[in-house]
Amino acid sequence: MSADLEQFYEIFFEESSELLADMEACLLRLDVNSPDLEDLNAIFRAAHSIKGGAGTFGFTDMTEMTHMLETLLDKLRKGELEVRSEMIDAFLKAGDVIKDQLAGHRGEGQADPKLAEEVCEELKRLCEETQTLSSESVKSVETKSEEIPISESISSTSEIISEQLSPTDDSANETYRIEFNGSDLAESVLTHLMSNLRSLGNLDNLTSETGKGHYQLRLRTNKSEEDIWETLAFVVDPGNLKIEKESTEKKPEVKSHHVEEPKQHSSITADYGFFPGAPAAPIETPSAGQQPAENSKSDSQIASKSQTKATAAAPASETSSIRVSVEKVDQMINLVGELVITQAMLAQTASQLDPVVFEKLLSGLNQLERNTRDLQESVMSIRMMPISFVFSRYPRVVRDLAAKLNKRVELRTIGENTELDKGLIEKIADPLTHLVRNSLDHGIEVAEKRIAAGKPAQGTITLSAFHQGGSIVIEVSDDGAGLNREKILEKARERGLPVHDGMTDQEVWLLIFEAGFSTAEKITDVSGRGVGMDVVKRNIQSMGGRIDIESALGVGTRMSIRLPLTLAILDGLSVAVGDQMFIVPLNNITESLQPSAEDIKTVSGEGRLVQVRGEYLPVIALHEIFNLRPKVTDVHRGILVILEAENQKAALFVDDLIGQHQVVIKSLESNYRRVQGVSGATIMGDGKVALILDTAALVMASQQEFV
Amino acid sequence: MSQIQSVATVSPSSIESVKSEVTNEFLTFRLGAEEYGVDILKVQEIRGYDAITQIANAPVFVKGVINLRGVIVPIVDMRIKFGLGEAEYDQFTVVIILNVAGRVVGIVVDAVSDVISLEQEQLRPTPGMGSIIDTEYIMGLGTLDERMLILIDIEKLMASSAMGLIESGFN
Repeated sequence: MSADLEQFYEIFFEESSELLADMEACLLRLDVNSPDLEDLNAIFRAAHSIKGGAGTFGFTDMTEMTHMLETLLDKLRKGELEVRSEMIDAFLKAGDVIKDQLAGHRGEGQADPKLAEEVCEELKRLCEETQTLSSESVKSVETKSEEIPISESISSTSEIISEQLSPTDDSANETYRIEFNGSDLAESVLTHLMSNLRSLGNLDNLTSETGKGHYQLRLRTNKSEEDIWETLAFVVDPGNLKIEKESTEKKPEVKSHHVEEPKQHSSITADYGFFPGAPAAPIETPSAGQQPAENSKSDSQIASKSQTKATAAAPASETSSIRVSVEKVDQMINLVGELVITQAMLAQTASQLDPVVFEKLLSGLNQLERNTRDLQESVMSIRMMPISFVFSRYPRVVRDLAAKLNKRVELRTIGENTELDKGLIEKIADPLTHLVRNSLDHGIEVAEKRIAAGKPAQGTITLSAFHQGGSIVIEVSDDGAGLNREKILEKARERGLPVHDGMTDQEVWLLIFEAGFSTAEKITDVSGRGVGMDVVKRNIQSMGGRIDIESALGVGTRMSIRLPLTLAILDGLSVAVGDQMFIVPLNNITESLQPSAEDIKTVSGEGRLVQVRGEYLPVIALHEIFNLRPKVTDVHRGILVILEAENQKAALFVDDLIGQHQVVIKSLESNYRRVQGVSGATIMGDGKVALILDTAALVMASQQEFV
Repeated sequence: MSQIQSVATVSPSSIESVKSEVTNEFLTFRLGAEEYGVDILKVQEIRGYDAITQIANAPVFVKGVINLRGVIVPIVDMRIKFGLGEAEYDQFTVVIILNVAGRVVGIVVDAVSDVISLEQEQLRPTPGMGSIIDTEYIMGLGTLDERMLILIDIEKLMASSAMGLIESGFN
């Protein structure tokens, strides 16, 4: 394989991964009893595209596998065989094999050739069953369903071509002219490309010497235009690629009628010397071969058809999205953050100006503010992705797992279009998978139990996502057995955890997040080892989120994950101590209040407590922790901000509240070190740095002091 | 991390390092009555001292952090660190922003003098002496007419655990 081709590998790998994901989604959506032709076609196209790309790069194992897939799919979509669930299983398995092979070519892991062989065998077996069934009805395999309705293709019984199996078959009946600009391609890439094309059929190189990298080829093949497109698309810029269908006429007498036609047709490309001295080339007749049944139709109609096809192929190559590296986006977000700060600085300075004298300047600044805000919003939205990227993997997980556990489960997803930060999308997938598996294994009961409990035999797991305030909530709920309070308490006692019967349900449920905690009666390979829920909790907390459980015995369980919308921006309350400003993350604040003097108590002369709504909370004096000189030292003259973190509460004593801000989080560690009690820093409107408090650490520290 | 480690392990003793290095241009600054020099290539910029945010429980010589065009940069007062001169802050206080060990750090000095080039023969090895600065962090002494320049291996100094700028315990 030439080194020059390697630059296209990455594109192929990414596209293939996406295609595989699409394929899987379609497969899972497919209803065995009434398969949707559109879905079958989509699956076919995905397999086909992967095959084309794999062929170009010489990944023969992938080509073989996709080819088997394609053959069977092709028969399915033509209705030669009923779709059966075992086929879907085989397809899914094949998809997994291709995924492994892809990873293998990428240099990550190794595909198991034995498994591939097995799946191949199974596909072949399924396919052969098909052939015995379909032997009575002879159909054209060559057609492309999106162009020709099946009914029409059946009528063209004169042409039975064993697709793909013998590429250089004499029955090659389609001629394509291919034009592309290859001036930027290396010699070795071109050679490889040519040999690939040659393997598809008879290739004539019509490129003129003076073409300056403009290549013109004529390919006689039994392959569809899509095949050629796929062969070329990874190497040649689709914008520079043009594939047009010409047709071979089987009947020579028709040929003569059409001799003049291609001249008109080729006038567009005549500038490039497309037909050097070959005006009467017999193969230049339009699309009769494509649709023999329509031979009698007028030439113009046929010609226009071939032209529409050429133009129809073009939009498919245009992309509606571009790939940009995350670093570039992050850099942009940083720069916009800077802009916002600069704008705030200007606004602050301008507020001291005389509004009459500087009217124009001030209105300009107002506009700047609006524009900056819009810009910031749209830049932030680049990083936002719909949560369907995560949700889409669960139908497969649930399907496989339900089959393994012999349970009947339906997965419902709600709010797939809810958007959240790309960084969070990547991190949420693992914890969510764990919760789904947990629901399936421990939550949903087996069918008999469910029926006995008066519930439908099929259990339901619901994944939903929605926005609430400045955060996103992701819920995993099931209508299963629910958590058993007694059992959890009993287990906790066994493990020596400090529990008592007076604990609230909330507190009891949280015990399942303890490391090594499991109430499963038997350990399965799915779950039950008690490893995981603690990891789930830790992962979610590291994202700045939290997890809540609601459960009712016999009715079901709901786990809600609450996450900030993005990792880059935080909603905070700014508080002042002395001449310093600090940011307290808003999602840790339950309330702020000015206490009356009698609510402040002391324990053994030190350690202050404050009574808030019947609870005694430790008071954390921020100036003591950070060694600052505060403006107020009496607690009842300042403000108490009630913090809640890790289900512990504490009151933070500060001088004053300044306001609520959305702040851009900056790392303190990139140039300095971790500071106790501080999770990061941000830049305020006046250009000064404000530290963001690590509420969890502060609350925990306060607890320890009092124990 | 590896970068810092390599700095620490290479540690060419005193004068050899100056001889082996090609860069002989130094930014000189004053701390009290003494004159110091740092490798000019480590200097990013020179700016005034303003809008500093204190950091809790930091060593006294770490004054806090500033916003340098969106980057949070810690500021170290060398006068306090070396116990030289009066640590006063006014509009003439100068901060040298350094780029060392892959980090950006600012140091407060009394005044920046100029940029000078030193020839090999102007460099002298550091004699062993009981000083507040470990001689490990002094690359050598430069002589310029009657003046003596203390050439600091600023990269090594900033990365040292004594400064507490970098998380300790990772190597």
